[in-house]
This record gives sequence, C-alpha cells and structure tokens, in this order.
Amino acid sequence: MASDASGSRRSDDLAPKAAFYNDPKIRGYFYQAVVVLLLAWGIWSIVSNTIENLQTRNIAQGFGFLDVTAGFDLSVALIDYPKNATYGRAILVGIVNTLVVAVIGIFFATLLGFIIGVARLSKNFVIQRLATGYVETIRNLPLLLQLFFWYFGVLSFLPNPRDSLKPMGEAIFINNRGFFVPEIVLAPGIAQGMLIAAAIAVAAAVLVRNWAKRRQDLTGKPFPVGLTAAGLVLGLPLLVFVVSGAAIQLVYPVKGAFNVTGARVVPEFIALLLALTSYTAAFIAEIVRAGIMAVSHGQTEAARSLGLSPSHTLRLVVIPQAMRVIIPPLTSQYLNLTKNSSLAVAVGYPDLVYIGGTVLNQTGQSVEVVAIWMLIYLTISVATSAFMNWYNRRVAIVER
Amino acid sequence: MSDTSVDPNRAFVRAEMLTARPAPGLTVGPIAWMRENLASSPGNFLLTLVGILILYKLIPPVIEFAFIKATWTGTNGADCRIAGFGACWPYVVDYLDEFAYGRYPFAERWRVNTVFVLFFALMVPLMIPKLPHKGWNALAFFGIFPVVAFFLLVGSPTLGLPIVETRNWGGLLVTLVVAVTGIVASLPMGILLALGRRSKMPIIRLLSVVYIEVWRGVPLITVLFMANTMLPLFVHEGQSIDNLLRALIGVAFFSAAYMAEVVRGGLQAIPKGQYEGAMALGLSYWKMMLLIILPQALKLVIPGIVNTFIGLFKDTTLVAIVGLFDLLGMIQATRANPVWAAPTTMLTGYLVAAIVYFTFCYGMSRYSQYMERRLATGHKR
Repeated sequence: MASDASGSRRSDDLAPKAAFYNDPKIRGYFYQAVVVLLLAWGIWSIVSNTIENLQTRNIAQGFGFLDVTAGFDLSVALIDYPKNATYGRAILVGIVNTLVVAVIGIFFATLLGFIIGVARLSKNFVIQRLATGYVETIRNLPLLLQLFFWYFGVLSFLPNPRDSLKPMGEAIFINNRGFFVPEIVLAPGIAQGMLIAAAIAVAAAVLVRNWAKRRQDLTGKPFPVGLTAAGLVLGLPLLVFVVSGAAIQLVYPVKGAFNVTGARVVPEFIALLLALTSYTAAFIAEIVRAGIMAVSHGQTEAARSLGLSPSHTLRLVVIPQAMRVIIPPLTSQYLNLTKNSSLAVAVGYPDLVYIGGTVLNQTGQSVEVVAIWMLIYLTISVATSAFMNWYNRRVAIVER
Repeated sequence: MSDTSVDPNRAFVRAEMLTARPAPGLTVGPIAWMRENLASSPGNFLLTLVGILILYKLIPPVIEFAFIKATWTGTNGADCRIAGFGACWPYVVDYLDEFAYGRYPFAERWRVNTVFVLFFALMVPLMIPKLPHKGWNALAFFGIFPVVAFFLLVGSPTLGLPIVETRNWGGLLVTLVVAVTGIVASLPMGILLALGRRSKMPIIRLLSVVYIEVWRGVPLITVLFMANTMLPLFVHEGQSIDNLLRALIGVAFFSAAYMAEVVRGGLQAIPKGQYEGAMALGLSYWKMMLLIILPQALKLVIPGIVNTFIGLFKDTTLVAIVGLFDLLGMIQATRANPVWAAPTTMLTGYLVAAIVYFTFCYGMSRYSQYMERRLATGHKR
C-alpha cells in the first residue's frame, strides 16, 4: 500500500502535469456527458411532441386495445381464432403464422442451399454452371420482385376451383384458392402417445451414443450410431401407432359445385414459401461453398493416408471443419429469412406485420404496435442467435 | 560426383533428344475436356443429363415467352392475348415514361433527365481509376450534385422552377433517389457507429451497440411502417414530414446499422501496431482514424460495403409497401389498369424490373471485384 502511494507520488513529481482539459479521461467524461444530454433532450422532445400529437388526434395510449374485440377475419389461423377474438389474440395468430413460414422456409432453404452449394463445387461443368447461374441470378434480384413473380405471375395461372388440378387422383386439389390436401385425423390419445414415444427414443439415442463413444474409445470398435438413432426415433412412435390399432383417418378434400372444402394451404403461403426458400437458398449455397473450400486439401489427403474411407473422410474430417466456417453466417441467413417473411404483407399472408398493420389502421396506436413488432422480432433474433451460438461453441475449434 | 563423360565402350548413345509426340487424342482437345468435365464416370454423365434436362426445361420457354410468342405492337391487352403465351411488349412501351418518372409532370421531365445525366456524368469518371482530378470530382458528386439535384427535382419558385410534390415522383427516379440517399447517408453514419462501438468510452459504446443491434434485429418493413406512422408524431404539431422523406430516413437509419457492422469488421482486422504507430507519432484520435486506420480498414471491407449497397438497392423495393411508387411499385400499380389486362402483362412487367435490377446489382458486384483486385496491396498472404 505504502510503496504504491509513494510510487505514484514519485511519478507525479517527475511528469510535468498536463492541463486537465488535455487529460483523455476527463475529455472522455465530457464527451459522454454531452452525448447523454443531447440524447436526453432529443428523447424528451420526441416524447412530449408525441404525447401532444396523440392527444390532439384523440388516439388512445397504452396496451388496453389488446383486449378489444378485433373486427376482422383471418385467412390463416393455426390456433383458435373465434369470431369475437381480441386484437391480442389476432397478434398471437400472426406470431404463430410468422414462425410457421419461417421454420418451414428455413428447413427447405437449408436443404436446397446445401445441394446448390455442393453443386457449385461439382466437377461436372453443366451442373456447376447451372448452380452458378442460379446463385448469380437470384442474389441480384429483389426478394419482393420474386415474391410478386410467384404470386401474381405464376400462381395466378392456377385454375378456378371448378377445374382444379388433381395431381394425385381425388386426394389433392390445386386451384386458385389454394392447395387442398387430405387432413390427417388421429384417434384421441395416439398423438400424445407417439410424442411420448418420440421423447423416449431421443433419450435412448443419446444414451446409445454415449455408450458407443465409450466403447470406441476403449476398444476401437465403431458402432452405427446414426442408423440406430434414426431407427429409434422413427421406429418407436411407429410402434406405438401400430400397437394402438393404427387408428388413422385421412379426411380427403371434397369438391363442391363452386369450391373445395378440406384442409387448405393458401396460395399466399405457397408464394411466400417459394420466394423465401429460393432466395435464401442462393445465399446459403455461397456460405456452404465457402465453408467447404475453407477446409484445406491437405486435410483430405491426410485423412485418406490414415486409411479413412471417402465417406469417413467427409463425415469425420471435412464436414466438421466446414461447419465451423458455415455456422455463423448461416445463423444470420436464418435470421434474414425470418425477418424477410414480413414481406408477407405484400401478398396478404396474415403474418405478424400484416395483422399488426391491420390493428394499426383500426386503432391508430402506431407506437404500441411498432413496439410489439420490434419486441417480437428482437426476441426471435436473440433466441435464434443464442441457440446457434450454443451450437457454434460445440463445434468450435478447441485450442490449447 | 557423377561422371558425365560418355563411356567409349557403349555401343549406342543417343546424341539428341527425340521430338515429343503429341499426347494421345483422348487426353487433349474438346473430346478430352468433355470426357473430363461431363462424363468422367457414369454418375457424372447422369448429372450432365440432368443438367441438360433442366436447361431444356428452362431456356426455351423463356426465349419463347420473351421473343417468339411475344406481341410487339398493339394498343391494349386484347392485342396481347392473340399471339399466345408471350410477353406483351407494347404495354412496356406505353408505360415506359411512368416506369422512368412516375407521375412527374410531363413539362418538367427535363429536370429529371438533367439529374440522371449529371449523376452518371459525375459518377462514371469517379469510378474509372485512371482519370485525374478525383478530389474535385468527388466534391462535385458528393457536395454540389445533391444540392443541384434537390433543387432540380423538388423545384424552387425563386429559380423559376415550379414545385413538384414528391407524391408525383415515381419509377426509376424514386428507386435511385432512395438508393443513392441511403448509400450516401449510411456510409458516414455507419463509420461513426463502428467507431463508437470500438470506443473506450462506455456510454458511447453502449449506445452504439444498442442502436446497431436493435436496427439489425428488426425487418426493414417494420422500420418503414414506423417511419411512416411515427415520424409525423415526433415533430411539432402543424409541421409535417414528406412521405418520401420518411422512407428516406427509415432506409438511412436502417442501412447505417448494417454498414457499421461491415466497417467494424475492417477496424478489427487492422493490426494493433498501426494504432500504436499512429499514436506514437502524436496524431490525435481523428487524425489517426482518418489518415491511418480508416483508409486501410475501408479498403479491406470493400466487398462487404458493396454487398450492403446491393442489399440496400434491392431493399428499396420495399418502399412500395408503404405507398411510394418506385420502379416495382409502379409496375405493380399498372395491374389496376383494365386497358392492359392480359394474362402475360404482369409477367412482362416483372421481366423488365428483373432486367433493370439485375443490371444495377450485377454491375455493382462486378465493379467491387475489379476494385478489390486493384486495391490489393499486399495484405493477402
């Protein structure tokens, strides 16, 4: 303690003291104080103006409108949306619809993106050029244009219900009111049983994997973990299904005089899904290509000279290293897809932004609606990044 | 060590080299190329067939649509139904002015043309590295041109130019105004935010991080809706903010956050020695940044910056959703006109839009690749 104090005193004595206004620390405090004051003044003037404007325009404030009955109908509602539902309920439907299109879009975009990314590295000239052409074209066109193309260009040529397309006999009807598919109705209880079976299967697969890893570490004998896990996860629910009497019923769509009734997938959803999938797939393809190219050829050669088979080389050496490069940008593409799903408002698929916009128009409470939008999208962003960061930590390189 | 002199006991010694024989016919030339790249194995050959099938399904219908079955002359939609399923080009000719200017008054369109000509006349020499006077050129483009363009487009009664309300603007004009404003505004804002995020002052760092993460976490549409509905509430009663200006503010704030992250990547890639060297020379913070760090950092992230520009250019289409008529919005608006109602009208319009957007975006990406090669001064190993 004492020596510290004397030491600092000594350096004070030696160094010529700079003027206080040249001290970077004091300057830092000063700049920050100025920024905070300016910001506070800006926020205060915005808030006071907004309150004043809202009062003169007779617009209510607060989130009370969420309990008011919404007067509009929705073409897609995957959760219960009764006639007298509230605005809050409508927004909840919007959140579910956004998540549904985002999750399905992410699935297909990943699939298509990996295929095209690998195709861009193909030794086959035609395939490689096709994939390059796809990526270059799609990436240089606005997503909204592609969405319009699918919705107003392609899907508008679907026939009316009377002349529905029937690609699979009387099971599926395709017309300009949507895709009508058979509804799967399970006897009560079976779905829950299958879910429980699936959960048990996942737990068993984890146990098998741990056991197999221990055995391989001890004895060197490999065990087909992937196949076993797939068999368990698919097999156990199927077993429950068969044992419980296979009480499944397919309710086929019925074609009436003017319309088709049955489980309907609206064309807005199809168009949005097509646009989001094809657009994001082009970006994912580039990420996958960069990821695979980042694994040096020496890695493959070393793996082969160790005696690993080509499939083991790919599975144990190339893919794990490529994934490290792929995961972070892939995450931001997933987030982009989720955010881009808000273009639904342009074709009328009732997602969060569409329903929020309707609520905004009816109530005029723009501040609250925008706050809800931002809160929900930020939550989705944070949740997705958290999950992908967790996954990224698992695959990240372990350095000594 | 080795004895190179010829052993006299040897019966035969070749004195000169044989001339090389040509490689076997199957390993060179187009045949070999095809064998290697199209059919090196049965699987590869199958892939070639699949590829050719896809091309066959893709290319002929597009050519048929755009040229063979297309209608070239006509006055309304009915004329476009006759030739079959082909493009309706007279519709594009009829609407060409709207696609370029929107509803800008006919008598005043020379002003838009002047702005377009000025824009390209100033930008092209700026982009060609060999041409001299870059400083004056940049000053003219970034300093003088925006002012001239503003007065020409908006109008000024004192200069004898009638005011043209922005609700009459449309087409490519709006697309370029939104894109250029967004690009010009987002770069300096993004640089400031990136510097703020790497600042040692905790409050400034926190504010920058919050700003960047919030804007990057929400979709542009919500930002545009917000700008459209909330900005009028933020100003004093009686004042109003122009519709186009609202969208411009929203786009600029939004893209600044993305630009900030790109610039931050460049700042992080600069070795610490550069900062220390600059400080050891006694440069102030701003001199260090402007003279030493930013020139190197920005050069490193040119591809990222251009990608952000391309993204921004594509995103300008979203202003159509909040009621502005950019190129795509204008094309979409023609759906309401019954005169040109034909099955292929909209597809023709989308084809035009696709060509325009592709030209701009592809051009930008090519130019960035060119600049990247030119500016590569030994940072790559």
